[in-house]
Amino acid sequence: MTTLAAVSTGEAITFWVLGPLCVVAALMMVLSRNAVHAALYLAGVMLSLAGLYAAQDAPFLAAVQVIVYTGAVLMLFLFVLMLVGVDSSDSLVETLRGQRVAALLVGLGFAGLLVGAIASGVGDGDGVGLEAVNEEGNVVGLARLLFTKYIFAFEVTSALLITAALGAMVLAHKEKGPNALNQRQLARARFAGNSPSPLPGPGVFATKDSAATPALLPDGSDAPGSVDPALSGIDPVAPREGTAPR
Amino acid sequence: MSPSYYLYLGAILFVIGALGVLLRRNAILVFMSIELMLNAVNLTLVTFSRIVGNLEGQVMAFFVMVVAAAEVVIGLAIIMSIFRTRRSASVDDANLLKY
Repeated sequence: MTTLAAVSTGEAITFWVLGPLCVVAALMMVLSRNAVHAALYLAGVMLSLAGLYAAQDAPFLAAVQVIVYTGAVLMLFLFVLMLVGVDSSDSLVETLRGQRVAALLVGLGFAGLLVGAIASGVGDGDGVGLEAVNEEGNVVGLARLLFTKYIFAFEVTSALLITAALGAMVLAHKEKGPNALNQRQLARARFAGNSPSPLPGPGVFATKDSAATPALLPDGSDAPGSVDPALSGIDPVAPREGTAPR
Repeated sequence: MSPSYYLYLGAILFVIGALGVLLRRNAILVFMSIELMLNAVNLTLVTFSRIVGNLEGQVMAFFVMVVAAAEVVIGLAIIMSIFRTRRSASVDDANLLKY
């Protein structure tokens, strides 16, 4: 077998397309005001990383990245954003003076440290490559390791996942108040009350949802012509406030 | 181009994630930045797996993904319960343990 460990041209193209995309999306994620936009940029980063995994002989991890991260984790983020309120934008007030500058300096210093460490520790070698270990297929090789050498960690992982699911249920569970109505009581209250049909939506200046309800003029009187003549004789189920039942 | 370029990319992404943690106030955005850091580390693990020539790095990345999934579930549940009691997802407002 030839030494395939070197980076092929196709892989270089993949890297130079997806890598900058990744960095730009990550920067936009950190800088965007809107949390939903940040989540979408994070999805871009994760999908690009999946492409990079696929380019590096890790097809299983690429698939898991798309399914677990982009599919599950990010959707969870979006759900929680919707629950918390999408307009929960950041305050731009600096609570600690000089924190931004200090953070940027720390970030730059850390980046320099990492890049220096990689340059001196790894260098520009081509590496061994995964052709030999991926001979049976990447999934088979991973499974062989996972179910022999790392079997204990794998089992502990299942305990972790169950604990996480239980913990999420306990944390997110909301106790109903002692006098919350159940469905039966709600239905009874609705039919015993004024309006068995659903009430108009919030922001609608009407007390009834029926097509036979006339529109109101600014002075409060009925607008002529706002109800179809065929319906004009019919009253809604219950009279509007202020009009006498016929 | 050599595989170490992937390591540089992972380092850059990690630093961007760390900056997000340091700079953002919204707890959910801080959490997304932590996810970005975990992803950067995963890229590094996969690249080292390829440089060294065995699959242990990929197994590690797999475990990181599993732990990250569990961590996201619990973290978001905590953020939600904090939001329910304090009506805010800002990390500055969760200061009840302060005094």
